[in-house]
Amino acid sequence: METAFIIPVKPVATGTKKEEVIRIQGLYKSFGTNQVLIDFNLQLFAGENVVVLGKSGSGKSVLIKCIIGLLQPDQGLVQVFGKNIPDLSHEELDKIRMKVGFLFQSNALYDSMTVKENLEFPLRRHSIRMEQQEVDELVLNALDDVGLAHTINLMPAELSGGMRKRIALARTLILRPDIILYDEPTTGLDPITGKEIIELMVDIQKKYKSSSLIISHDMNCVRMAADRVVMLIDGKCYVQGSYDELKRSADPRVKEYFE
Amino acid sequence: MQIKNWKNWFDEAGDMSRFAGRFFSQWFRPRYEVAEFFRQCFIIGYKSLPLVGLTGFIMGLVLTMQLRPSLIDYGVESQLPAMVGIAIVREIGPVIAALIFAGKIGSSIGAELGSMKVTEQIDAMEVSGTNPFKYLVVTRVLATTLMLPVLVMLGDAISLYGSYLGVNIRGVTSFQLFWTQVFDNLSFSDVLPAFIKSFFFGFAVGVVGCYKGYNSRKGTEGVGRSANSAVVLSSILIFIIDLIAVQVTDIFELN
Repeated sequence: METAFIIPVKPVATGTKKEEVIRIQGLYKSFGTNQVLIDFNLQLFAGENVVVLGKSGSGKSVLIKCIIGLLQPDQGLVQVFGKNIPDLSHEELDKIRMKVGFLFQSNALYDSMTVKENLEFPLRRHSIRMEQQEVDELVLNALDDVGLAHTINLMPAELSGGMRKRIALARTLILRPDIILYDEPTTGLDPITGKEIIELMVDIQKKYKSSSLIISHDMNCVRMAADRVVMLIDGKCYVQGSYDELKRSADPRVKEYFE
Repeated sequence: MQIKNWKNWFDEAGDMSRFAGRFFSQWFRPRYEVAEFFRQCFIIGYKSLPLVGLTGFIMGLVLTMQLRPSLIDYGVESQLPAMVGIAIVREIGPVIAALIFAGKIGSSIGAELGSMKVTEQIDAMEVSGTNPFKYLVVTRVLATTLMLPVLVMLGDAISLYGSYLGVNIRGVTSFQLFWTQVFDNLSFSDVLPAFIKSFFFGFAVGVVGCYKGYNSRKGTEGVGRSANSAVVLSSILIFIIDLIAVQVTDIFELN
């Protein structure tokens, strides 16, 4: 049996070490008898784009939901900005969530609200005291970032799939998060729109210097957005490295993604 | 019914009881979702009034027209307003309004929350610093509990007006005489139990609708199933609560 081609995260020399914003160590998560994550480990550093690559049903979305506190891990450490998510109270978790944006696979735009109300929602709910003028300005800036300022008064049902994804991204950006978690950002989009969304994600990462953890099985997304790729196979971090490093791998389980 | 079905039934009953318990443990704790509560009161109460009013009006009119021949046979036609009044206020008004309410509001809550669940909108709320249970469930259950008694009172009034028109189709009774006859024969013990049980009806519709929607699974098929089972279960619960209410009023000799 061929051994996995493991590329450890490169140790960085003291003095230039980047801040570790997410650290996952020994994460286990199961649903009944189905063990989804088994001793999963991951690190995300400030300003870095990491793509977690894996097949459908491999536990990628479970991983990202454990990071944001929507699911409780069975065992293991899930630290965001040095704080272990399962140990936090609701108030502490809300403070962390203000710094972490989450782009849902299904966009999760509120059907009963306009685009403007959708974008205002996180600002109002996180108990941030703001004048209406400031709120309006933030909403417009976020919409400008995704190039959809003209949709401000439309309902989500009036938008195309690509537009909905952009609006969801604008809502994710409105709190200027330090980390953005993307759950399958190109799923359900045609290749051209998918490419536009990936370009937008990369531009936003450059503009706001945020870190991104992208869950995907789209190789275009991996190629265009990833500084580092983590392959999630059999519930474990099977291999990690840059896109080019993994592309050169002789491991058949890695190669099948690049063929 | 097989043992597995019984087990599922008890599991669901237990889950729903816990869900209702969670409502009681959370509704009085801050943060209070006042704006969303009033929005739900408007949607659930005000927007249901035309339907409850129309069905109440028809029920009052039809009941009067159907009772009339029997009362004539017994020679007590003059008791028609009193009889219809008691029937509407004590039983028909609350139960019909609650069933209409279950059909309209129970299904819409089940479908709305179900669709929010499967499209991750509930998760998105949680990530946005909102307690989705409080924002979605507590506000809706409070609104259904408080709005149904109001609808029942308004529905009763409209139903009695329908009855007044029904009385005047074949006879002539003044508006004042009709209402005097109705209210002279109604006592506090007729109105109070009916009013109190309508709070329980509203609570049942709200909890069942929210429970079914909040625990919706299996995509869009699950949403349809949630809406459907919310109506069926809340309708059955309305009759069970009605049965319990009549026993309780009997114990306290309010019949």
